[in-house]
Amino acid sequence: MSEQALKELGDVIAAKIGGDVLKVEVKLGELMVTVKRPAILAVLTALRDDPATRFEQLTDITAVDYPDRAERFEVVYQLLSYTHNRRMRVKLATDEDTPVPSAVAVFSAANWFEREAWDLFGVFFENHPDLRRILTDYGFEGHPFRKDFPLTGYVEARYDEDQKRVIYEPVRLTQDFRAFDFLSPWEGMTNVMLPGDEKAALQDGSKKP
Amino acid sequence: MSMTVSTESATGVVATGPGGAISASGPETKTQIKPYTMNFGPQHPAAHGVLRLVMELNGEVVERCDPHIGLLHRGTEKLIEYKTYIQAVPYFDRLDYVSPMCMEHAYVLGIENLLQIKAPLRAQYIRVLFSEITRILNHILSITTGALDVGAITPALWGFEEREILMEFYERVSGARLHANYFRPGGVAWDIPDGLLDDIWAFTERFPKFMDDLESLLTENRIFKQRTVDIGIVTKEQALDWAFTGPMLRGSGVAWDLRKSQPYEVYDRMEFDVPVGLTGDCWARYLVRMEEMKQSLRIIRQCCKEMPAGPYKIEDRKVSPPPRGEMKRSMEALIHHFKLFTEGFHVPAGETYTAIEAPKGEFGVYLVSDGTNKPYRCKIRAPGFAHLQGLDFMSKGHMLADAVANIASMDIVFGEIDR
Repeated sequence: MSEQALKELGDVIAAKIGGDVLKVEVKLGELMVTVKRPAILAVLTALRDDPATRFEQLTDITAVDYPDRAERFEVVYQLLSYTHNRRMRVKLATDEDTPVPSAVAVFSAANWFEREAWDLFGVFFENHPDLRRILTDYGFEGHPFRKDFPLTGYVEARYDEDQKRVIYEPVRLTQDFRAFDFLSPWEGMTNVMLPGDEKAALQDGSKKP
Repeated sequence: MSMTVSTESATGVVATGPGGAISASGPETKTQIKPYTMNFGPQHPAAHGVLRLVMELNGEVVERCDPHIGLLHRGTEKLIEYKTYIQAVPYFDRLDYVSPMCMEHAYVLGIENLLQIKAPLRAQYIRVLFSEITRILNHILSITTGALDVGAITPALWGFEEREILMEFYERVSGARLHANYFRPGGVAWDIPDGLLDDIWAFTERFPKFMDDLESLLTENRIFKQRTVDIGIVTKEQALDWAFTGPMLRGSGVAWDLRKSQPYEVYDRMEFDVPVGLTGDCWARYLVRMEEMKQSLRIIRQCCKEMPAGPYKIEDRKVSPPPRGEMKRSMEALIHHFKLFTEGFHVPAGETYTAIEAPKGEFGVYLVSDGTNKPYRCKIRAPGFAHLQGLDFMSKGHMLADAVANIASMDIVFGEIDR
């Protein structure tokens, strides 16, 4: 689908939903609409039922963690329209404490997708019928996909021969986890001011050719 | 299978005749069975891996089933965030481990979209060829183990022989039977060896005979139909509402295939049909998978026939490593090789959702890049995850043994569901 057609669709959606749309973007041939958090149910219902959009299927819900932002989580809904053969993404922002209205009432499939986002990121969904953990172990603590959760985790499990059961212990690594910093000044940091770079910058901020 | 009777043992209740008096023929006892909770799995041959179902049964009728998943959760998405883009490819083989190359396909297409590059034509043909081999590989396993679950043993024995032949093709092209690690951003790892296309062609001539044998065993088999017809009916509306894709969706009468509707690679050049089921039950899904194998054979033949000459991966040295021979002579090639296998390439900031028609349904990768050499977030949309949560409504009111048939017809593989 052409970028132009997607832009037009984005404008149509923005006009339909009105004040709840914060941003409409078309990037890499994909339409993204950022909406206000409380409006998400109305937006999803409108996108599903409106004959101009008809996004009948909720393909996926996920979250992305940006710890530096004021509202650190971005909740992403992937939608697919079978009638018009189109895809789009709806996004909203939230933090650890603010609940997001659950989309289960609009799409049944949202149930497990939201449980997964709750389990792995700790995004809380309001009015969810059954918000239990789904992928992590019974009795797991924390939300492992947050950026501040270490890759190795905090506990490791093993079978204890004396107690005849599986026990949890703090993680012990025989060698440090090797995280290499690949951001070399040669290629990775193209937009960073290195010491001395300010001499090359002109008055208006642009670099000398 | 372990059984836990959650309530007290069944109690006998004295039946009373009309008028409340005990009937003349003496006190008849009617056994009243209270619903009980039962654990199905996680170690059960019909659970297709590590599925734990907590079922509430009324007699033998399923009232509720609550799948407990995550027993195979390895945190693939988190691990990928700590690897460079190329290092993350092998993780995809280990998701849906019965159709590895299709998983890689979605991932490399996502990276290519972010980098705004396109693989050369020959690479696209090779990828499509192996995606379809993978589809047959997957459907053989799905159908034959599904038949095993409803009581037919022979198909599984025959099917695994054919799978072995297909995995030989995998081995010849990538060096590994299962976890191929063959697709790369911008092409494939190696060119296909001499004579492989001829052998694949010979396979396509032999394989229809196997399909006929399999069909004669199953399609009109009385027991097989008793166990699958009218079991686990999914309507079109339910399939859309529960995010069903692939054969689960087509079995319910929705003519939708990403290879046709949103063609990627060279699928728009291929001639094939999309089978659609009419009844939405387990049998319809079986028929759809059978027909898809035949259509895959058609695509494989077209790929073998039309396979163009040319490079098998992109010539851009910032993305794909130089050939070994060049590294012996050229300093620049050596540097490129070193940089690619230590630092990897940097992907411009952006995000993309790329979906392919995997054998089980829509397999999507939502890639978020922050401009560095590692993905910022890589969400894997597994078709089985969405299908499994529909098991509750599909099995409600059916017998316990029909829940097994439902699981089989969903084509569950836990590598992709638990991730």
